[in-house]
Amino acid sequence: MFDGFSAELLARFQFAFTISFHIIFPAFSIGLASYLAVLNALWLKTGDENYLHLFNYWKKIFALAFGMGVVSGIVMSYQFGTNWSVFSDRTGPVLGPLMAYEVLSAFFLEAGFLGIMLFGRERVGNGLHMFATAMVAFGTLISATWILSVNSWMQTPAGYAFNDAGQFIPDDWWAIVFNPSFPYRLVHMVLAAYLTTAFVVAGVAGWHLLKDRTNPSVRRMFSMAMWMAAIVTPIQIFAGDLHGLNTLEHQPVKVMAMEGHYDSHPEGAPLILFGIPNEEEKRIDYAIEIPKLSSLILKHDLNAPLDGLDTIPDDEEPPVAIVFWSFRIMLAIGFAMLGIGIWSLWQRWRKRLYDDAWLSRASVFMGPMGFVAVLAGWITTEVGRQPFTVYGLMRTSESLAPIDAPAVGASLLAFIIVYFFVFGAGTVYILRLMAQPPKQDESDRMEGPTRAAGITPIQQVKPETSAAPAK
Amino acid sequence: MPFDLAFIWAGIIAFAVLTYVVLDGFDLGVGILFPFVQTEKDRDVMMNSVAPVWDGNETWLVLGGGGLFAVFPLAYAVVMPALYIPITMMLLALVFRGVAFEYRWKTKRWKPVWNVAFSGGSALASLMQGIALGALVQGIEIEGRAYAGGWWDWLTPFSIVTGLAVVIGYALLGSTWLVMKTTGELNEKMRGYSWILAAGTLLFILLVSILTPFQDPVYFQRWFELPGMLFSIFVPSLVAVISAILFYGLKTGHDVWPFLASLMLFVVSFIGIGISFYPHMVPPSLTIWQAAAPDSSLQFALVGTVVLVPLILGYTAYAYWVFRGKIDPDEGYH
Repeated sequence: MFDGFSAELLARFQFAFTISFHIIFPAFSIGLASYLAVLNALWLKTGDENYLHLFNYWKKIFALAFGMGVVSGIVMSYQFGTNWSVFSDRTGPVLGPLMAYEVLSAFFLEAGFLGIMLFGRERVGNGLHMFATAMVAFGTLISATWILSVNSWMQTPAGYAFNDAGQFIPDDWWAIVFNPSFPYRLVHMVLAAYLTTAFVVAGVAGWHLLKDRTNPSVRRMFSMAMWMAAIVTPIQIFAGDLHGLNTLEHQPVKVMAMEGHYDSHPEGAPLILFGIPNEEEKRIDYAIEIPKLSSLILKHDLNAPLDGLDTIPDDEEPPVAIVFWSFRIMLAIGFAMLGIGIWSLWQRWRKRLYDDAWLSRASVFMGPMGFVAVLAGWITTEVGRQPFTVYGLMRTSESLAPIDAPAVGASLLAFIIVYFFVFGAGTVYILRLMAQPPKQDESDRMEGPTRAAGITPIQQVKPETSAAPAK
Repeated sequence: MPFDLAFIWAGIIAFAVLTYVVLDGFDLGVGILFPFVQTEKDRDVMMNSVAPVWDGNETWLVLGGGGLFAVFPLAYAVVMPALYIPITMMLLALVFRGVAFEYRWKTKRWKPVWNVAFSGGSALASLMQGIALGALVQGIEIEGRAYAGGWWDWLTPFSIVTGLAVVIGYALLGSTWLVMKTTGELNEKMRGYSWILAAGTLLFILLVSILTPFQDPVYFQRWFELPGMLFSIFVPSLVAVISAILFYGLKTGHDVWPFLASLMLFVVSFIGIGISFYPHMVPPSLTIWQAAAPDSSLQFALVGTVVLVPLILGYTAYAYWVFRGKIDPDEGYH
């Protein structure tokens, strides 16, 4: 099946495949964990039952998504070694400790308190349950911090030296962790996770609004999601712009590929809105461009010169078409999100937020778009880093493990089959949960909770209002 | 025995792996035992007994991988390609059994599918872990800074024996855990299984102990010449004492002792493997010190570890405390 592909290409494809699947779950669980913490806090503070219904509703979805994130994440922590062992050996002294910190400070925190968050409210009481919920949310953010530091170091390496064995060794940990692109990438990614979740919530709310505009819990979550869209999207666009300027400073070649600038423009570069990259001829076919706008955006000067890929040796260029397209897909979705945010402000001002069926429909359509934008954004930055794993210092071709193409091909095939089967089924179960509206008696119970006899706390003895089945 | 950063880290990694083995051991064992009970109700109880703690348990496996990458990058870079197939199969098996915890409750028609995913995934992951251990004990061929052996070097009669040993051993951890966590018929049934599994585990410990010294002359010297010979007397005696406690606990209807004794069997076996391995990280040629990252990496990682690991142990213990006691089969599911 994979005849004619090199081990390197197959290993790259395997990494791209497994990490793309994996990133979907954290992008959702980072946002959802924070959302759950907010919902629970609002319920405790205001006593408004709608917040509790929403908490219990999203909690079940979170449990599924988190489980899928855990198992797809374990794969990642071993794949560095199986497929990219030379990379692991050489960068381990610098990147390894950051990953170890991620496990120690974040994964254990999430896993340790997840059980209490999901199953433990009746056992530990509201106060400790709130604490556990906050710890899970906090854990997802710490995790994002460490892993984005690792990724950013691969993009903009700093604070390192080399030893005799050719390993990168740490010289200045502060410089390593807070490498030049890290703060921008972290903000951009966390906001992306929040927006992705907000649009999933909006999509689910929109779906149910179309069927029944009166459900107060649905109205509440739609309103919350629309506030996020209106407030966070402009911040995200601003953060993305700063991230882009930072990339221009440290990885100009990536920006050339994003912009489709094959040629240098000494007197102001055009902004190419659309076109078809022609990698053979090194030009953009059918380009629709706005003169000098790229220089204005990137250099804040209409006539500022911008170098193109013609100044870069061919063997140091990333694949332009992929970067060019994925960047545009991300941007288009970002501006569509901004449009929804503005639209919602307008309808909210007119007091018609829940009555505009087209806004609800648009929200359903945009529901999964956050994931598409996140994937497109990651493809832009990761493919844009090629042909290096550690930018400018270590090539992808030098990073590979001593493995044969058939072995990588076979494991790639196994990953593809298993992931589509397992995560396909998981997606069906999540959609099934989402298809149900949040009920006014939304059960606190997980299906299959764990309870022990004999130590039943007093809350549990009360006749429960939540005795109705959740499904 | 130089007491330096690399040595401390070898100890921490060993601790993480051991913690993983005993914690995930019992929840994988619960999965292995899934086909050996008849009713879905029993399976619900079994799964519920580990549902709140399993992903915390599996996090120790991530620490094993991430920790090795951090402090012994060369060992990580050599071992992973050498064990490419068993590691990949273990990861895929863990995917299946991990998602089954959630999926099983979300469907009626596909429940049998996720039952098989849970039990099959648990059994396969355990088998592959045992095989990986066996392959490591046999030794891994290294040239320069890379694995130099073939694709199938890991598959030998010895590694299959260690693979089966781990499956049986995990099943024992699972059955004694369930003795501790369940009541009534399920409890009785698990007590019965524990007898058989305990006998099987001891048999495999004996078999692996007899075979191991012949995998490498160094191991032979370690165990049959002074001063190592002292261990050769000490370790088996300890196994004998623990087995006595295990069987006594099963016989007298004690609920907690059999589980603790089974855990101790794993701890002692692990120490035995450690005695064979030292001073190697990857037998037969890569020592702890050759594999270690530079001191600046070890120091940086150690600072946080010293603070965070006790904290982790603390809140993990708290989570176990919150969910302590017997599972009530008549309450809590729809």
